[in-house]
Amino acid sequence: MGIIKTRDLIYEYIRRDEEGNVEGITRALDDINLDVKQGDFVAILGHNGSGKSTLAKHINAILYPTEGTVWVDGMDTAREEHLWEIRQKAGMVFQNPDNQIIGQVVEEDVGFGPENLGVPTKEIWERVEESLKAVGMYEFRKHSPNKLSGGQKQRVSIAGVIAMHPKCIVLDEPTAMLDPNGRKEVIRAARALNDVEEITIILITHYMEEIIYANKVFVMDKGRIAMEGAPKEIFSHVEKLKALRLDVPQVTLLAHELKKSGLSVPDGILTCEELIEALKL
Amino acid sequence: MEEQSEEADSLAIWAGCRVGAGSGPVGNEENMLREITLGQYYQTDSVIHRMDPRVKLVTTVCYIISLFIVDNIAGYVIAGVFLALVIRLSRVPVKYMIRGMKSIVFLLIIAAGFNLFLTPGETIATFWKLKITREGIRLALFMAIRLVFLLMGSSVMTLTTTPNNLTDGMEKLLGPLKHLKVPVHEIAMMMSIALRFIPILLEETDKIMKAQIARGADFESGNLIKKAKSLVPLLVPLFISAFRRANDLAMAMEARCYRGGEHRTKMKPLIYKKRDGIAYGVVLIYLVLCVAVGKILL
Repeated sequence: MGIIKTRDLIYEYIRRDEEGNVEGITRALDDINLDVKQGDFVAILGHNGSGKSTLAKHINAILYPTEGTVWVDGMDTAREEHLWEIRQKAGMVFQNPDNQIIGQVVEEDVGFGPENLGVPTKEIWERVEESLKAVGMYEFRKHSPNKLSGGQKQRVSIAGVIAMHPKCIVLDEPTAMLDPNGRKEVIRAARALNDVEEITIILITHYMEEIIYANKVFVMDKGRIAMEGAPKEIFSHVEKLKALRLDVPQVTLLAHELKKSGLSVPDGILTCEELIEALKL
Repeated sequence: MEEQSEEADSLAIWAGCRVGAGSGPVGNEENMLREITLGQYYQTDSVIHRMDPRVKLVTTVCYIISLFIVDNIAGYVIAGVFLALVIRLSRVPVKYMIRGMKSIVFLLIIAAGFNLFLTPGETIATFWKLKITREGIRLALFMAIRLVFLLMGSSVMTLTTTPNNLTDGMEKLLGPLKHLKVPVHEIAMMMSIALRFIPILLEETDKIMKAQIARGADFESGNLIKKAKSLVPLLVPLFISAFRRANDLAMAMEARCYRGGEHRTKMKPLIYKKRDGIAYGVVLIYLVLCVAVGKILL
């Protein structure tokens, strides 16, 4: 069994008026079936309101399914007795770096998770050191988070999750509020964790450039999984992606247009180098 | 754009009580917002700085009590000597202490004034209907000394302890109250989160203010009521954003397994060292001395 598995997952937001009467029901997730294996790098892609963040919150047991089941490492998230174990196994990094840093010093923030888990003091220090080194923020350990750039703050947040020794990290649009350099930093850190530590990464994003490193991509639309497959497969359906209001990387778009006008270019070109190779032939 | 973010950054640093290494809280007259300091921590290395925050808290409380016990010149001399000694040990320049005094000058004058003119006793001089008595002079003088020592004593604590450390100390000291169902850990957590978010919210206030000024908002002119009204477009977005942040933070804390103070370990636990024991001893001797001096001279 994989690290994360969902079966027929449905989640509904219920809107109520001031008296508490039900005004309307929005189905944010509709019949999601997901299987993620340990060590995978999964990207979940989708337009605003497609339900991707709602899905992320189910993996961390912040939201519970209306119908269906979510298992994290074999544990049902709806069962209360597993709650803290699930949250330790599946860490979560949120969008806004300022709103998830609790400590006033970088090292104290990274230590927050282990403190909550009841880890002995000596081991907390070891974990903080190794986590900060894993994201390349060790030399900033004594700094105030307010002095760091967005990308650095997000890396501190990631370190805070790693210090809890999770099997899986869910990154919920970690780069949405960052500049291009910060985005690269964060994605590099996530990839390194996946490669070196073999932590399962679930990256939720709407930037297409960030999914090319994933080994599996899910595209969501209106609460449903619209497409799934390797990045190459996803990008070979340019028209469909456009219909889902997603921006295709420029290289992929160029290759697609070239193919349409008669050149023999393969589908699913992801990088400049690939396109150059393809055109040489 | 670059400049603005830099300014906002320095604002955050200034308000964040974590002044750059080695330098004290250097006043910056350019920006009014920057002058809001919370707990004016003076960064340097001294015995007092390294001391356990619990010792400093207890000492401060004891010192304040001692100021109300002593009732004669000898007692005040002892209190003064003790204070001078601690200030010397803390390596905080005296001018920072004196700067802090400015805020109570008004209070000092009123308190001393009332005591000076309204104490009945042997009359020395009379101005119009006001009489100055010998007892009045004595009381006014003691009152002034008491207030000055009180403020200096407590500012030694805030100048030598980071707000974070202080919160930790309070949590530990008030720990026994947990049995009376006082949410000690929660209060301490709230305080440290507030400290973390003050610079962020200040930065945000600055941003909203600039955005509203750019659209023609006027925060400066008009009478008091008009000024207060003009703050509404500043406060409403600020509150909304603060609530949104609180919501996000609560979720982030839950995601990191926060479930209150139970089962929690500490990354930086407070452990008494030898110097803390010595400090407690010194405080005890000081208290005994204060009481003794009062008794002997009575």
